[in-house]
Amino acid sequence: MQELKEQLVEEFGKSNIIDIFDELTLTVGAGDIIKSCLKLRDTFFFDILIDLSGVDYLTYGQSEWNTDVSSSGFGRACGKYDEKDTHEQRFAVVYHLLSVSTNKRLRVKSYVNEAQPMIESVTNIWAVANWYEREAFDLFGILFKNHCDLRRILTDYGFVGHPLRKDFPLIGEVEMRYDEELGRVVYEPVSIEPNVNVPRVIRK
Amino acid sequence: MAEIRNYTLNFGPQHPAAHGVLRLILEINGEIIERADPHIGLLHRGTEKLAESKPYNQSIGYMDRLDYVSMMCNEHAYVMAIETMLKLEVPQRAQYIRVMFDEITRILNHLMWLGTHALDVGAMSIFLYAFREREKLIDCYEAVSGSRMHATYYRPGGVYRDLPDKMPQYLKNNFRKPKELEEMNKDRQGSLLDFIDHFVKEFPVSIKQYNGLLTDNRIWKQRLVNIGIVSANRAKQLGFTGPMLRGSGVAWDLRKNQPYAVYDKMDFDIPVGVTGDSYDRYLVRMEEMHQSNRIIRQCVDWLRNNPGPVMSDDKKVAPPKRTDMKDNMESLIHHFKLFTEGYCLPKGEVYCAIEHPKGEFGVYLVSDGANKPYRIKIRAPGFAHLASMDEMVKGHMLSDVVTIIGTQDIVFGEIDR
Repeated sequence: MQELKEQLVEEFGKSNIIDIFDELTLTVGAGDIIKSCLKLRDTFFFDILIDLSGVDYLTYGQSEWNTDVSSSGFGRACGKYDEKDTHEQRFAVVYHLLSVSTNKRLRVKSYVNEAQPMIESVTNIWAVANWYEREAFDLFGILFKNHCDLRRILTDYGFVGHPLRKDFPLIGEVEMRYDEELGRVVYEPVSIEPNVNVPRVIRK
Repeated sequence: MAEIRNYTLNFGPQHPAAHGVLRLILEINGEIIERADPHIGLLHRGTEKLAESKPYNQSIGYMDRLDYVSMMCNEHAYVMAIETMLKLEVPQRAQYIRVMFDEITRILNHLMWLGTHALDVGAMSIFLYAFREREKLIDCYEAVSGSRMHATYYRPGGVYRDLPDKMPQYLKNNFRKPKELEEMNKDRQGSLLDFIDHFVKEFPVSIKQYNGLLTDNRIWKQRLVNIGIVSANRAKQLGFTGPMLRGSGVAWDLRKNQPYAVYDKMDFDIPVGVTGDSYDRYLVRMEEMHQSNRIIRQCVDWLRNNPGPVMSDDKKVAPPKRTDMKDNMESLIHHFKLFTEGYCLPKGEVYCAIEHPKGEFGVYLVSDGANKPYRIKIRAPGFAHLASMDEMVKGHMLSDVVTIIGTQDIVFGEIDR
């Protein structure tokens, strides 16, 4: 791994490589993703894209527990907010690469801007990215430029919103039931109240 | 001259050959598939979102429900991710138990796959035989965890409890003759390890039986050979892992290449296919059952001779003994704290992967230092495999779609999450 780290440092610069829990993370700018990924595939032999996922850093290091969401239950302390934890951008796209020929793994991370979360698609580099990018679009609303078929994948037909964003409520926004009179399924705003029944967030 | 148009066919989501809730929109020209568009998400439960709102230990149960035919393997990846971040030592005995149950799970999964795959293609009896053996293994699950499917047996720091000394037996009732009962309980006289040992000795005979029914069967070969060929390079491009990748001739197995738990101490081989068609993947999985059997045998031998703890003694992560809690204030506090608040993971992120029966199952965990995950991404092998559906079925006949769904070993719990 050390060897790979040195090669990566030479190629991408020292400040972009993080070595934590015996795993390497390479941070690249959203604009350079195609160039970097091509280089990783062709000169570093990362032939499989194992995983691609979005991350929403909106509440990172904060406690999102509001004491006034629930009228009953026990009192909850709000966790402290650490200034230095804020990330430069709200969203990140994380690629997990695997090299079968050299038996190495690498995580590539690219931050995208909140106002327009858009990044170039890597489907032409690894074909498997097709569905992963659709998933990231569906759950986080990250747009992938030049993706051939950017549709929702996991959520319902006609779903509104991006459920894995931190500002999307756990209970959702709409609920569905069959309406006897209309003779069809109808969508209505959720009738349940958010119920915090898990213990408070603690931090060390 | 009549106008000839392609026909669009809706397959599923409640078709028995769709392995759950797959909805396929097929564009067919006569009987030839021109395009397949799988619609997934009908079983989406938001596991990742739910896990973000709970202390770590409370999400282990969700992992069982991902790939609901290989429950303990899913747990393994999740607890390994937590252990990596906590830098927690897992006792040797727990590691061996995990490896043994991972392999039991692999056999469980492959038997389920074999039964349903053959059933889809048209062989009925093999399904019944496969479930005969599955029953015994499910009983092992029950003996060790109390649950036949959703075990929640692996915990960060080890496993929930040690293997039982006594294998539960069938009870007498009005429908069982005493002789039958005796026969049923014949291999259940000793401990769980004796039972597994007995199973391991008999299982090769069962595999032989399956082979006899299918491997040289003319109909089976006509339905599988040269169906859904994927070359090695294409398999990598499509993100294949596990038997799907090995079927295409790439000798890649995380148990060998990036060993975790105690796989580095195990003696086993990796079967590899040649042409990358459905028949090769069938042969690979059949041989994997043999190899799993070998691993289980080695684990049983080791576990017999090496008693010891099965849970880490870090009281922040592992619950204290019941007996200690009765008269020790500190244990009581530890217990209360662990089961209400849980524990905190250091800040950072980790990706842990295991060789799941279906391929590489990974958990990407982002922690912000709290007692619950900030983000958890589950890398399900089936997701990448199903994504290749369009490419694999193109140009094949409608009946081959069923073969390809079977060969991909699809389970919707993990794909939809």
